[in-house]
Amino acid sequence: MNYYTEKITRALLPANATALLVALLLACATLNVSAQESVVEEDAVGSALVAPVGVSSVTASDAPNDAGRAVVVTFVPAPVPQSEDQALTLSYEIHRALSQDGPWKKVGAMPSDTTAIMTFKDAGGRDTTSSDYFPTETDLYYRVRSMTVDTALFAESEIAGPVQGIGQWWNSGRSPVFWFVLFFTILTLVFLNVARKRGDSLYIRPLAGIDAVDEAIGRATEMGKPILYVLGLGTASDIATIASFTILGRVSRKVAEYQTDVIVPCYDPIVFTIAQETVRSGYMDAGRPDAYRDEQVYFVTQAQFAYVAAVNGTILRERPATNIYLGKFFAESLILAETGAIAGSIQIAGTDEIAQLPFFVVACDYTLIGEELYAASAYLGREPLLLGALKAQDYAKAVIVVLAIIGVIMTSMGYEWFAEAFKVVG
Amino acid sequence: MKRQIPLALVILFGWLMLALYFIPLEGAQKINENLLDWTAIIGIFALALGIWSLISVNVDKIQYKKRDWPYSIVTLFGLFAMIVFGLKFGGADSMFQGQESYMFRHFFDDILIPIFSTMFSLLAFFIASAAYRAFRARSALATILLVGAIIVMIRFFPFIAEYTRPVADWIINVPNLAAKRAIWMGVGLGIVATGLKVILGIERSYLGRD
Amino acid sequence: MSNNQTNNNSNLSFLERLMLLDRRWVFLVLALVVVSTYYIPMKVPVPASTEVRSIYDAVEGLKEGDKILLAIDYDPNALAELHPMTYAILEQCFRKKVGVIITSLSQNGPGMAEQAILDIVDSTALPRTYNGVSYPGREIINGVDYCFLGYRAYFELVITGMGQNFRTFYSRDYYDVLLDSIPIMKDVQNYDDIEMVIDISGSNVVDAWIKYAAARYDVKLALGLTGVMMTDYYPYLGSGRIFGLMGGLLGAAEYESLADNPGLAMDGMKVQVWAHITIILFILIANIGYFGTRKKRGL
Repeated sequence: MNYYTEKITRALLPANATALLVALLLACATLNVSAQESVVEEDAVGSALVAPVGVSSVTASDAPNDAGRAVVVTFVPAPVPQSEDQALTLSYEIHRALSQDGPWKKVGAMPSDTTAIMTFKDAGGRDTTSSDYFPTETDLYYRVRSMTVDTALFAESEIAGPVQGIGQWWNSGRSPVFWFVLFFTILTLVFLNVARKRGDSLYIRPLAGIDAVDEAIGRATEMGKPILYVLGLGTASDIATIASFTILGRVSRKVAEYQTDVIVPCYDPIVFTIAQETVRSGYMDAGRPDAYRDEQVYFVTQAQFAYVAAVNGTILRERPATNIYLGKFFAESLILAETGAIAGSIQIAGTDEIAQLPFFVVACDYTLIGEELYAASAYLGREPLLLGALKAQDYAKAVIVVLAIIGVIMTSMGYEWFAEAFKVVG
Repeated sequence: MKRQIPLALVILFGWLMLALYFIPLEGAQKINENLLDWTAIIGIFALALGIWSLISVNVDKIQYKKRDWPYSIVTLFGLFAMIVFGLKFGGADSMFQGQESYMFRHFFDDILIPIFSTMFSLLAFFIASAAYRAFRARSALATILLVGAIIVMIRFFPFIAEYTRPVADWIINVPNLAAKRAIWMGVGLGIVATGLKVILGIERSYLGRD
Repeated sequence: MSNNQTNNNSNLSFLERLMLLDRRWVFLVLALVVVSTYYIPMKVPVPASTEVRSIYDAVEGLKEGDKILLAIDYDPNALAELHPMTYAILEQCFRKKVGVIITSLSQNGPGMAEQAILDIVDSTALPRTYNGVSYPGREIINGVDYCFLGYRAYFELVITGMGQNFRTFYSRDYYDVLLDSIPIMKDVQNYDDIEMVIDISGSNVVDAWIKYAAARYDVKLALGLTGVMMTDYYPYLGSGRIFGLMGGLLGAAEYESLADNPGLAMDGMKVQVWAHITIILFILIANIGYFGTRKKRGL
């Protein structure tokens, strides 16, 4: 309230001459507008106007790639008034009916400021009780009413229809996605086959951040301090979080082997249940299920900065030897990483949130950038199947780079169809 | 069996969701909506588990007087106080007016807002300290980064804004965006690849073991 | 660790000390600068960028009785940057008698939204002047001039649901009033019945607005984001998915300046200018130390 009272006082006092000038101009503009309005009113009431010419070439067709709850109406706008006594069309109303004789229902309106062919999409929902209801697989008729300043003065178009809204089995606007997924799946399967034959000899460049994990666990063991593992703010459906589970599994197994401790504070309840299971399994794999305690993996809160406060508190109280931040991070990334640096922990981070990468790079010892995080499971496990998928990913990337270069050249030369072929609609 | 059934469900629903993306038919969309509703329902069950975990960990700390146990009292007090003050029953005269209640609003306005704002403000100090340590002209590339960062920082300074703003906008919108797009492309492919690995049953780490 | 660093620093030369300042000195100096500059009477001119101006122009171009959806999707932590945007837009809409439907899809968003609504509703009850034109005090009525729908969990589902019908997820508003009995919502079924959505967000809710509202339902969408998020969303501006973008305190100050509604953002710009000068000075100090000690370090 104080803040606003202060602002009102400020607004009441004209700041400078410019404000006065602007005020003057606005006042003139306001006068001008009211003058114009009054002329229009006089015209409408005083002189006998005739209705405008209606729109022509009205068509109605089923909207493509939908559930059958939309129809596309097109029409050619009315020409500009030919004589002075003909009223000016201000807008178009689109009406729909279940039969040619009506009753007609207004389903939308468009301003008349375009001269090109106009398109209106009449779409609705399946709730029969809603005014938005759109009957599917039913004969529908459309007409366009050209509205003037006088609501009693309008022109009707011819009736278009019957047309039915019919649901499609295939969204052709998304076909490029389908072809890409198909191409990528085939590529992955080919490389899985290659990987099976060649075993684990497929090369992956070293990932320092992942190599450092083992070293960090060793350090924690020597220091007798725990490892803090933060899965970030992502949900279980985020790929970064899924990748992080893989590394958590590996870390918890090593931690159990070395008889040290891992602490996993969680932000998302579903992530928490999966993390608990992952750590427990890690301890079981290491043959030490008895060493696992439920309080190692716990849920904190779903409030971003309350979570940060809790994790920072843990860092400063427990002084972990190593902090691992892998997953989705937002504004809290630097606060966590700097607190960890103050506590003197070795820090390994990785995220696909690009805006947060600089913060991690500055404050952490090792950072996995974007897709490096996803590659971690293949890198750690060295399983041929995972390595094969990683190779497929690299080749797909190469193909995309080549296509992007061709696209740039083609578009620059005016052949836009090439880029259009990759466009996803709807 | 403990792993096979979840894996089968993941593969089945993974492919189903992928197929539904391409089918606009109403029946398909209804299935899609139902599956999304299930996500919400599962989330609520998991939240109950999460809250139970929070309570049990903190009660345990208090019960056995573990290190820093008084903090756990504050945590539990905060949790229960907001639940109680947020209750709504007993008509207009009742003190339980849900989120409109006097205590709830004051806890929110006078405790939560200042605390959250303070936490976020820490970022300014950490950015300053991180910039001090990171921006050193160690090499030609680091020098370019340093100069770029300074131009972006001074873009709205009085007197020089008209010269620096266009340069800063160019830095943000051209080289910065180009680099980001390159990482995005990798991330995008990585997401598709990992998604495929999940629905092909190759990636199973989320099931509890790698 | 910091104590050790301080002890070791006693044997270092002046230039080396410049390079290895304890981070607590940085914190202290910055805190002093931020607090002291707040009291300096200084006005930072903020010329509006195209992306902020397009939001202002779009709202300014609305007619009386038009409706927009203002999504307040931020928690108190982003208050400093995003609250001024909400205030400026809400105030502009109320001034133009444009109806505002408000949703909040982040957990602590309802508190933020209510605070803004109550502040502005209180303030507009007083007479005030814009551009030299005096406006009488005006009562802003809940349900007529605005409607606050409140929070619903699972924002992706809610945003998609509103594309079908607002009533799918919001049968009642935040104050437990049936949506069908609220005058402003009478003719509003879905996004087709509103002019635009402006999402003020400090979280990933913004992605869902782009993905579902803008992409699936062709909603005219503008964003107000925290400074750190802004660069991530520039591509959407280029592709036309969003029509305007405000980022951080600077974006908020630009909007306040355009809407002739000087508030906390324009006031905060002077603090930001001095804070940035301080950071630049620290960077220069570190580099002086770095170059001064190159020989000693054998580089």
